[in-house]
Amino acid sequence: MSLIKLENVKKIYQTGEIPVTALNEISFTIERQTFVSFIGPSGSGKSTILNLIGSLDKPTSGNVIVDNVNVATLDRSNAAMFRGSTIGFVFQNFNLIPVLSVYENVEYPLLLIKQIPVSERRERIHSLLEKVGMIDYRNKYPNQISGGQKQRVAIARALVTNPKIVLADEPTANLDHKTAFKVITIMHEMQKTFGTTFIFSTHDPKIVGEAEIIYTLEDGAIVNQEIKQKG
Amino acid sequence: MINLIKIAVRNLFRYKRRTILTSSLIAFGVVLVIVFGGLAISFKTQMVGVITNTALGDLQVHKKGYVESIDNLPLNISLSDSEYADVERSLKAMPEIAAYSPRIKFGAMISNYVQTSNIRLTAIYPELESNTLPDLIKRIKSDIGDKKNFLKQGEILVPENLMKGLSLKVGDEIVLIATNKDGSVNGIPVRIAAMMENVLGPSGKDGYIHIADAMSLLRMEKPEIIEVAIKLKQFDQLGKVHENLKKALSQQPTQKEVHTWEQLSPFASIARIVDLLILVVKFILISIVLVSVLNIMTMSVYERISEIGTIAAIGTRPSRILTMFLMEGFTMGLLSNFIGVLVGVGVLLLMDTTSINFTFGQMNVTLAPDIPYSEILLTTVIVMLVSIFASLQPAYKASRMEPVDALGHV
Repeated sequence: MSLIKLENVKKIYQTGEIPVTALNEISFTIERQTFVSFIGPSGSGKSTILNLIGSLDKPTSGNVIVDNVNVATLDRSNAAMFRGSTIGFVFQNFNLIPVLSVYENVEYPLLLIKQIPVSERRERIHSLLEKVGMIDYRNKYPNQISGGQKQRVAIARALVTNPKIVLADEPTANLDHKTAFKVITIMHEMQKTFGTTFIFSTHDPKIVGEAEIIYTLEDGAIVNQEIKQKG
Repeated sequence: MINLIKIAVRNLFRYKRRTILTSSLIAFGVVLVIVFGGLAISFKTQMVGVITNTALGDLQVHKKGYVESIDNLPLNISLSDSEYADVERSLKAMPEIAAYSPRIKFGAMISNYVQTSNIRLTAIYPELESNTLPDLIKRIKSDIGDKKNFLKQGEILVPENLMKGLSLKVGDEIVLIATNKDGSVNGIPVRIAAMMENVLGPSGKDGYIHIADAMSLLRMEKPEIIEVAIKLKQFDQLGKVHENLKKALSQQPTQKEVHTWEQLSPFASIARIVDLLILVVKFILISIVLVSVLNIMTMSVYERISEIGTIAAIGTRPSRILTMFLMEGFTMGLLSNFIGVLVGVGVLLLMDTTSINFTFGQMNVTLAPDIPYSEILLTTVIVMLVSIFASLQPAYKASRMEPVDALGHV
């Protein structure tokens, strides 16, 4: 059974009086433990797909099944609980909380969502910060680290709740190419280590090399699907 | 919950200067309530003490209809021997009553054989009066020797005004002339035992004589008691004793009336104004807290829209976001209140050690404010509740934000 299944999903935004079709009857599936990329120009529908999978938004029509749950039917509270248990997010602008240290930013989802013992919490955060290479920066604040480092912290934060899926919307858009490639490599390593399904979007074709499945989008439709051999 | 408080404190101190300024404002309001409350309660307690312990007693019993005609000092609305015995029986049966003093009150003329003036006399048994009004002797401005038996038969305590107006001095003999209830006039000579000041100020013309002299002057065979002043063991039982005594006296054959000091003294209105002022200060505090917390929390929500989107996206339920922001407002109120209480209590303790003196009427009163624990508790509850209430709208707004819109906010 696929981890993610979109069936005839249509999403229309109302911009004033003008309806804008962001996704036009798209359907696809994503299997567990894969590293998937959505590529396409701005406005092609990449972020909309990620928002729908992440239950941050609802489709105008069609079904969005994630981990056997039709997320389009969830109310606000259940959608939040679903996200907390199933999905991790990495954002284009990192979205770290400025008053919290690196360690505290990673700890934040655990404080707000999951009640786990302090010792286990500490161990999990340390382990993740080590894996993303940020353990030495744990006491630094977001304004004391670089963009690439911020995104590594964001990856650790996304993984700290042990989600099945990590959604990264343009995670490299604010990074230089070298750093962007490093971030994607770390994401891929994390995907292999934790068996998490990573889905990221980008408009930069140079950094999608790491992805196992690449969907190319144009005007709200999937125009190409490239599947690479694992390994 | 502890985590939420930790996060709330951190969020509050993101903008240190703003938080400190708002906290100071709320703390100032709390200090205002505590200091003003402490002073006002102290003033009220002192003044009520002066009035009840030197003039009125805590409660008074009269024959029905007397208080309505009190300005005329009617002698015919009095308690007969058997009626007073009934009253005494009821008073003795109530363990809350510490002492009582029967009185005959009447108007008379005072003459030094050259000049004559009018005087309002209260005839008493000195020992009973002293037990009932323990501070009465403080109003006596001359040396009186035995404090329990400060007035002997054939003696009078003359108010300061009359002493000055009639050029009298202690030891002088004067004549008291009065009309009894049958309309016949009589006079007796008495010696001035002491001069006394009037609690109500320079206009007072209240003098004291022994009940035996009043009986002689008014040609009474037995004391016809006009009023009974009552002292309670505990002043805070006033309401309860008032009700119980009314009930007990209502079962007697003749009708009597029981009044608290508040119903008899014009100072009760001043006391009510003091209470009203305390209430006004509390309303000012509520306004300060409401506006300050609402302002800071609204700003906080608008500045952190993107962050609210992030915490919602990572799986924080709307109810949790609501609680987070409520907790921030609550913590703000709690911290400000704590500082305000500390400073307020400090100011009161300082005032207590320095002691503020002022005169009320002709009485010197020392204002030594106590720490108003009930006011502190009430203020704390008000600040906490208003802080939560003021945070409610911004917190609700934060919790209702769509994560996808909030994340896109710049």
